Amino acid sequence: MDAGDELARVVRDHAGRLAGGLVSLLGDFAAAEDLVQDAVEVALRRWPVEGIPERPDAWLFTVAKRRGLDVLRRQENYRAKLALLQEPEHPPPDDRLRLIFTCCHPALAREAQVALTLRVVCGLTTAQIAAALLASESAVAQRITRAKRKITDAGIPYRIPRDDELPERLTEVLTVIYLLFNEGYLSSTAERAHSRDLVDDAEWLTALLHGLLPNEPEVAGLLALIRLHRARTAARFRPGLVLLADQDRTLWDHAAITEATALLTRTARRHRAPGPYQLQAAIAACHSEAGSWDETDWPQILVLYDMLLTLQPSPVTCLHRSIALSYVRGPAAGLAELEALAGELNTYPLFHATRAQFLRELDRPAEAHAADERAAELTTNPAQLDLLHERLATQQLGTPQLETLQGEPR
Amino acid sequence: MRVKYVLMFVETEEFAKDFAALEPAEKEAAYRRVYQWFEDHADKITNRGSKLQGAETATTVRLDGSVMTTDGPFIEGKEVVSGFTEIDVEDLDEALRMVKTWPACPVIEIRPVAEM
Repeated sequence: MDAGDELARVVRDHAGRLAGGLVSLLGDFAAAEDLVQDAVEVALRRWPVEGIPERPDAWLFTVAKRRGLDVLRRQENYRAKLALLQEPEHPPPDDRLRLIFTCCHPALAREAQVALTLRVVCGLTTAQIAAALLASESAVAQRITRAKRKITDAGIPYRIPRDDELPERLTEVLTVIYLLFNEGYLSSTAERAHSRDLVDDAEWLTALLHGLLPNEPEVAGLLALIRLHRARTAARFRPGLVLLADQDRTLWDHAAITEATALLTRTARRHRAPGPYQLQAAIAACHSEAGSWDETDWPQILVLYDMLLTLQPSPVTCLHRSIALSYVRGPAAGLAELEALAGELNTYPLFHATRAQFLRELDRPAEAHAADERAAELTTNPAQLDLLHERLATQQLGTPQLETLQGEPR
Repeated sequence: MRVKYVLMFVETEEFAKDFAALEPAEKEAAYRRVYQWFEDHADKITNRGSKLQGAETATTVRLDGSVMTTDGPFIEGKEVVSGFTEIDVEDLDEALRMVKTWPACPVIEIRPVAEM
């Protein structure tokens, strides 16, 4: 880990804690968040030059407090509050949980939830968020400002949802994190194929959430899912996208796979009906545990997709299921299932790429070529594009299968 | 901290059509559910709910420069505000919980009242 990564980790660990503590004390989300963000920006400027301070949290707190004083001196009513501010030695752990639920409140637009979570919980600056989401800095700044204003003006509470509200609200939080993970895992934008930073943030957030809510099975499921995908990263980009079938499995992080699978098993043992994240993680685990592509347990994967579809019917999941089906019952069966999705997925590149693969296996090369061309027209991801172009250029039969890209049902 | 919100009850064309097609007894039951809702939440409701006449009865005044014109409904919409009430609750979550039990029209806008 280089100095930049270490700095990012330190800021991430402490910015959220600090923000949580300050909101509790000030009772003002926007003011507390501004103080933290100022401190984070000073840290990002000075730590690379001066070195990471011995107690990064105390350093951040001191800067936040000093900056706060400058601002608050002009605002008489805050002075009394500021006097109450003590350096939080060990802030209560649920402060960050409250923070996450506030940032992901369903009354905020999805884009605002994402930007605000990255900013307030992970401590990213506006510039970093803009870079990660490939949005303009002014757009991100505006999104954050509007969201903070809405939190105050609309009376969005800073608290952990009540027990009867928790499942629904937790789903909202997990959706936001899953979105970050997907965007990082396979970026939809043309600029790059893969953004490590967002995957890091998504994993960190899920691990934090898992630490705070250890008994929530879907949090554990999402954590296992992200870690199983991360464990394959070294083999997945060399540097172009390498499909699962062609990956060098010795490059996988097998210790991480064992750990994630164990987490999944423990969770499954405690809770009867697995949710969608656990099922997706179980599918990823099937792939991760296979010694080779040929040893993949497709019947098991097919069962898992069937379970997933009953919980969350989606055409993209149906598409992935058709791939599993083709390995169990042949490409004709896969193609038949796939064709039924033509209406809904006509503009989805993976639909056409998968169709091309089935057609090639069925010895219909002209139709396969046309389908690959359609996929190439539709995709904006550079790595996917490279693969498709390569396939179109070589035109050989039995070219690499497009892996079942589970983990990104957009 | 307490927050005052106005709940704006919004009817859709489909809802209005379905309601018009109900038997008198079913309409009566639907009204009873609404009265019951107001009763259940009486401690948080600061004015009685007001039902509005149909949007076609609205008169909209536009003060364009020196000329004043009047016409029909401001918006020819598929969704029309059909009533409103004011509530006083702890925060948005409490308003959301309250609204989830609303037994009638399918859309509700929750808007905080600005402190003047």
